[in-house]
Amino acid sequence: MWRTATVVAVRDETATARTITMEVPDWPGHLAGQHVDVRLTATDGYSAARSYSIANAPNSGMRVELTVERLPNGEVSPYLTQELRVGDQMEIKGPVGGWFVWQPQQTEPIQLLAGGAGLVPLMAMIRSRQSAGCAAPFRLLYSVREPEAVLYSDELRVLSENDRGVALTYAYTRSAPKDWPRAPGRIDASLIANTSWSSTAGPTCYVCGPTSFVERASNLLIASGYSPDRIRTERFGPTGEQR
Amino acid sequence: MPIISRGFAGRRTEADVKLPPGQYLTTDFPVLSAGPTPRVSLDKWEFSIDDGTNVLRRWDWKSFHNLPAENFTVDLHCVTRWSKLGTSWEGVSLDTLLADVKTNAQYALANSYGGYTTNLPLADLMNKQAWIAFKFDDEDLAPEHGGPARLLVPHLYLWKSAKWVRGITLMDKDRPGFWESLGYNNYGDPWREQRYQGN
Amino acid sequence: MNSHDYDYLDGNAAAGELSKIFVMDMTTAEGCCMHCGATKHFAEAHLYVKCPGIVARCAVCDEVLLRLVSIGERAFLDLRGMTYLRLDTSQLQ
Repeated sequence: MWRTATVVAVRDETATARTITMEVPDWPGHLAGQHVDVRLTATDGYSAARSYSIANAPNSGMRVELTVERLPNGEVSPYLTQELRVGDQMEIKGPVGGWFVWQPQQTEPIQLLAGGAGLVPLMAMIRSRQSAGCAAPFRLLYSVREPEAVLYSDELRVLSENDRGVALTYAYTRSAPKDWPRAPGRIDASLIANTSWSSTAGPTCYVCGPTSFVERASNLLIASGYSPDRIRTERFGPTGEQR
Repeated sequence: MPIISRGFAGRRTEADVKLPPGQYLTTDFPVLSAGPTPRVSLDKWEFSIDDGTNVLRRWDWKSFHNLPAENFTVDLHCVTRWSKLGTSWEGVSLDTLLADVKTNAQYALANSYGGYTTNLPLADLMNKQAWIAFKFDDEDLAPEHGGPARLLVPHLYLWKSAKWVRGITLMDKDRPGFWESLGYNNYGDPWREQRYQGN
Repeated sequence: MNSHDYDYLDGNAAAGELSKIFVMDMTTAEGCCMHCGATKHFAEAHLYVKCPGIVARCAVCDEVLLRLVSIGERAFLDLRGMTYLRLDTSQLQ
């Protein structure tokens, strides 16, 4: 059930987030949106397990990428984002989760709403769309504290410049770049109205982030006319104890 | 044999103090809960003692606060392995609450707002071993830590210290509570490491 | 509803733990809440993991749907909170 994963690369995405690339020899493959459980064991046998979304597209052979955000009082995330080195090992279980998944066979327009690190599984969907050469149009609304906290910023910039099929809107909540047209603040009804597919286009929505973001975003989508059965959600949060 | 992750040590702190087996020392106060935090308004709050059929005693917030309360300092041991030492509380002793209650019951089931239950021998609630606590560290007990009031039975694992307690049911026959019915030990003595059934 | 705290996750977060017990993916299964009758995918249940086990509650009425405790090589599972679980067996080979 637990497979051995060996770290082959680490890349800092922001001051507090890092992408970890691992090789898992018997990896069965995954779908965009799925996640893994990670287990770390100390030399005295103490172990801790956490869940992280898979960041890379399907069909990557034995490569599994996770993007981990360091939590201030975390027990595992400080280790993964600061201590972990190439060559280190951990155990992973998965992929798991068949609900919050996008596959290239889907042809309908897709609405992605990301709250902070909730972008990770949605990025796997965007990357999957690209590698599969799928034409389904995507819209991403990415709610993030400030420009320095943006994950995959270069990749997103290149994407929005070169791919007409992916429309990207940033919603900064705490501080925005100079001359940004929208004052910092949480997503609201008018932002949803201006950046989302109309419900008549028959889109499927994927909402991911902290629970408070997911509840807020889902309620806004429903209030704007989306049927709840067209909205798929995944709530992030510390899977260890709150302090 | 699990794979060892180089350099991973977890949250544990070294302790010079003696802790129950398998525990580690923490200086913060973790919040664990099996459900949403109940919000109980003080004008509706009640604590009662019943025997399964009749209510034997009942207090509202005002009458509860007319009872003699005491300050006490105890160590907490959670089955999820953290221990927090020297915690200060204010509450009413179960000895006070059970003072005039005549019963042959051997067991008690603590029940809480929100539906949580936990069982223990009635004897473990008596003799200065248990309180209904409403202040922690000189402040009103916060909802996430069980406020307005929680049971505190520090000689057993912390899951026996029911948060948001609303009453005690006295029972002739033992009946397992929320976690006891799902693999956790019926008694729960941290010093004998009675975490799970069969320990 | 009891609280506006967002101290829960959802059924997706139980996928790993449940995969130890169930051959099929539980997050896509539809469950009917025994208390209020609401029928939703298990992925939409409110999941409490910061306790000595996993507790899934109905997103509509907050009553317990499922409880799971994993202790070493034993797992204790209580499914009494659901009248039924509807699974798509086309997943199985």
